[in-house]
Amino acid sequence: MNVKDYFENMEYAPAPESPKTALDWIAGRNGCFGTQIAGIEHRSGPAFQALNPATGAPLAQIHSTTPEELDLAIKAARKAQPDWQGLGGPGRARVLYALARMVQRHARLFAVLETLDTGKPIREARDQDIPLVARHFYYHAGLAQLSDSAQPDRAPYGVCAQVIPWNFPLLMLAWKIAPALAAGNAVVLKPAEDTCLSALLFAELADQAGLPKGVLNLVLGDGAVGAALVADPGIDKVAFTGSTEVGREIARAIAGQGKGLSLELGGKSPYIVCADADLDSAVEGLVDAIWFNQGQVCCAGSRLLLQEGIAESFTAKLRARMDKLRLGDPLDKCTDMGAMISPAHRDRVMGLLDQAAPDQIHRAACALPEHGTYLPPMLISDLDPAHPLMQQEIFGPVLVSTTFRTLEEAAALANNSAYGLAATIWSENINQALDLAGRVRAGVIWVNATNLFDAAAGFGGMRESGFGREGGWEGLGAYTRPCPAPASAGTMPAAPAAPSDGPAEPRAIDRTAKLYIGGKQTRPDSGYSRPVLGADGSPLGDMGLGSRKDLRNAVEAARKAQSGWAKSTAALRAQILYYMAENLSARQDEFTARLTAMQGDPAQAAGEVEAALEALFTFAAWADKYDGAVKPVPLRGLALAVQDPLGVIGVLCPDEAPLLGPVTALAAATAMGNTTVLIASARAPLAATDLYQVLDTSDMPGGVVNILTGDLADMAPALAQHRDVDGLWSLRGDENLKDLESWAAGNLKRIWHRAPAGLMHLTRDGAAQRDFLAAACEIKTIWVPYGDG
Amino acid sequence: MRQDSEITSESLARNPIAGFDPDRIAGLQANRSAIERRAASLPARRSVKGTAQAGWLLRAITMIDLTTLSGDDTPGRVRRLCAKARRPLRDDLRAALGMSETPLQTGAVCVYHEMVPHAVQALAGSNIPVAAVSTGFPAGLSPLKLRIAEIRDSVAAGASEIDIVISRRHALTSDWERLYDELCQFREACGPAHMKAILATGELGSLRRVAQASHVAMMAGTDFIKTSTGKEAVNATLPVSLVMTRAIRDHFERTGYRVGYKPAGGISKAKDALSYLVLIKEELGPHWLTPELFRFGASSLLGDIERQLDHHISGAYSAAHLHPMG
Repeated sequence: MNVKDYFENMEYAPAPESPKTALDWIAGRNGCFGTQIAGIEHRSGPAFQALNPATGAPLAQIHSTTPEELDLAIKAARKAQPDWQGLGGPGRARVLYALARMVQRHARLFAVLETLDTGKPIREARDQDIPLVARHFYYHAGLAQLSDSAQPDRAPYGVCAQVIPWNFPLLMLAWKIAPALAAGNAVVLKPAEDTCLSALLFAELADQAGLPKGVLNLVLGDGAVGAALVADPGIDKVAFTGSTEVGREIARAIAGQGKGLSLELGGKSPYIVCADADLDSAVEGLVDAIWFNQGQVCCAGSRLLLQEGIAESFTAKLRARMDKLRLGDPLDKCTDMGAMISPAHRDRVMGLLDQAAPDQIHRAACALPEHGTYLPPMLISDLDPAHPLMQQEIFGPVLVSTTFRTLEEAAALANNSAYGLAATIWSENINQALDLAGRVRAGVIWVNATNLFDAAAGFGGMRESGFGREGGWEGLGAYTRPCPAPASAGTMPAAPAAPSDGPAEPRAIDRTAKLYIGGKQTRPDSGYSRPVLGADGSPLGDMGLGSRKDLRNAVEAARKAQSGWAKSTAALRAQILYYMAENLSARQDEFTARLTAMQGDPAQAAGEVEAALEALFTFAAWADKYDGAVKPVPLRGLALAVQDPLGVIGVLCPDEAPLLGPVTALAAATAMGNTTVLIASARAPLAATDLYQVLDTSDMPGGVVNILTGDLADMAPALAQHRDVDGLWSLRGDENLKDLESWAAGNLKRIWHRAPAGLMHLTRDGAAQRDFLAAACEIKTIWVPYGDG
Repeated sequence: MRQDSEITSESLARNPIAGFDPDRIAGLQANRSAIERRAASLPARRSVKGTAQAGWLLRAITMIDLTTLSGDDTPGRVRRLCAKARRPLRDDLRAALGMSETPLQTGAVCVYHEMVPHAVQALAGSNIPVAAVSTGFPAGLSPLKLRIAEIRDSVAAGASEIDIVISRRHALTSDWERLYDELCQFREACGPAHMKAILATGELGSLRRVAQASHVAMMAGTDFIKTSTGKEAVNATLPVSLVMTRAIRDHFERTGYRVGYKPAGGISKAKDALSYLVLIKEELGPHWLTPELFRFGASSLLGDIERQLDHHISGAYSAAHLHPMG
């Protein structure tokens, strides 16, 4: 077309970004890449091809990592780690700063390479991915600088295994390695097999920028390489971004190995449009939500919830907007949507759509290139919540929608999902928008915006969308653990002896402890009980033998009480815990006698009761002080990091601290708005059961604290497997941890454990207090842009 | 909902005065942060370079209201401007672009009432319309009967387009019906001349109010909505344009009538002009990229476009003194 043609038709001309520099870089490496270990490339494994999804053309040969190479990579990381940690925070800050500068220097090369390898539009790689990568390294240079002085009581894990997906290859690399390196860990990272190239370029340039050899190592290949990496005993911490299915497998595979774990998994994030929203802007937001990166985004707003009054007009506007999206050459600067990552993934998406009737699917009328793995934007309107496509993550350019009547119903529909990664809320009414933001269970909430990211703000999920945050101080927390406690920390009495088999003495007074469910004392469903013997072998009373059914009832009671308890004010929760301390104090002698009878040592018993009082006071104090933050993100608006309670927390109480264990756990958990199901020590249950009367007299609402007695062998699996329990705390150290962690993987509940030693000194141990509080909460980041006029 | 591609006979007709509908005003929303994000991403989403850019800039020339609105305007100054409107681009450049046979002139010449006869005379024989700013421009605070009379006088003097200013006080106090009544009187006074309603968006305080004023003006039968007089502290911006073009789209979807859009003030670079054209193409569709439905209110934009076209042809950056002044 000539000038006059364009003058007359006002069409766009092709505006392709040149791939030359990126292709030259590949050619300069002879188009062949392998495992990167301490700056040396290894290519002994079988090769596979890296393809350009937009054209199907091969880009490079990639050699899979062999088991021997994997071993070398992990050993190289182990060898490099002490020096890297020893460099100190400020020393590491300089290297991270150099990495940030390096990314900026080569920004266009990275962007073009990423587009060639993934099929994403160059505009997204250039304007979103790469700037965020640079920002992430700058931000973490700062965290490294401050980490030693701001967090002296935390230390790096050691060697981290990191496995990342193909949708944002370089950005996910940055989100993984920046905090790991800032904290002083060494890394073995596996990029997705479809998208290794930007990681390989990064490794090469990082080497030149002065990252010490061995601190970052790359292993290449498919899921089998990833599985071997995370399971390797040489790994201290595993971080994974990808599907919920694989996340669960990883959680099971590493159960009991004592590794740290953070998971950033799938989602089916709600996109809520209220009747009072700016509808045109909400339509535009959807373009950024579900047609960003062809919908291959874990936090994509893929579930559209429309208020009934505006559903029809909104859908009409949306359809018109969809038709205007431009699909085509990802390197073209006018392209809105590029190619899907691979033919296999495209087919998988289309396969999922077989669940809808063909006439239910609206395909945008935009032109599609003849070749390449392209899919048009699609909308499936008026699906009911029961439809599988309302529940399943599609991971493609497919939006599903339904309607709601009230705010209440919007929240219910939004939460009607196994996932809890992100949510978007459009409303011009701040009361409505923030109310909904509080009700929706998701790690990230965007108000009148979508897919906003920044290194200062935590990103990550709730429920089966995984756990751990990336970004902010909370993200650094996922790559550190408390420094090992000094040797003097806390001595605990030996656990009481198991009851002898000898005949029990007849009892003078009958005392049969029941279970405590929903604020009521309840007989165990089994109808069985068992005598409890004292330290001297004399019978002290009976405890009910709780069963799975009692556990079910207790969790139901805890769930029912949870939302009301979380909504009550922190001041009220503090007041109740203080009151509990007051009432426990009034019975101090009685509890001391009880513990003495069970354990034999009066001084120890008195100390434990005193410590229990202190624990109540400590967490009552924290209830209105463990606060969130306002993150300084580059936005006219607020990014609020809110401490959201986990929900229902199950607790396995220790034998060594039969009173202090349950009291500390319930105090920390309920202070933050959780409700609890405590499994009392089976050896010494009566201190816990004696708490019933303390709870009853302290205005603790029914269902907030539930206490069960019984055999751990029955109760622990049922509790760990229960799908409606959000977190499981074991104060029994790492006992049975392997089993607990693999049972808990079912709904990806947060597992947290600690040994009872140290509980006696909690008042003086701020790090331990914060550890409890962090285990009781998940950070919800709420983005609220503002401005009018 | 009407699709952009449906061209019906009614969609080519002038936007008539319609009844006042307060509900249409009440439900309007405009979220500034979201609108700013869209406005910021639009130029990055579409790239117009090379040959296409030259074509687009030529089209932009045909949609410029070449303007002089100064206290020191004289008949001589206006005649010079009109000559530039007739011949906006050097003949050799036009030939090099393959446009010698294609008519090329600006959208209109825009002047104060007193200059209208001089402009009409200078443009005689061309079909370039003369636009007059009116109704107590720029503040709009002269007596209503004088403002109406001013319109009638300008039309009688040969202006075929009247750029009126709205009473900002009615918008700022949400007295929408009063604003509507006033605009209906202006529209009637315009008769056959086309009315452009200047909202003075920089003085309305919020984007929501810009949306509301846009809808009121369109209900009152305006042919164009226009951002600014060029005299406010803030004139045309992309976010304001997004709000106004969305209002135009909404009006078209409701009524089938296409209302034109004129951003004015502060658009002086060819690159900025391209961003506006992209915005119109994306939000309203290609039908709006004609002088009948889109104008730039600008005095120095043409000069930069001439330099860019010169650069497109020669490959060397151009200078202002190489292009004839208006």
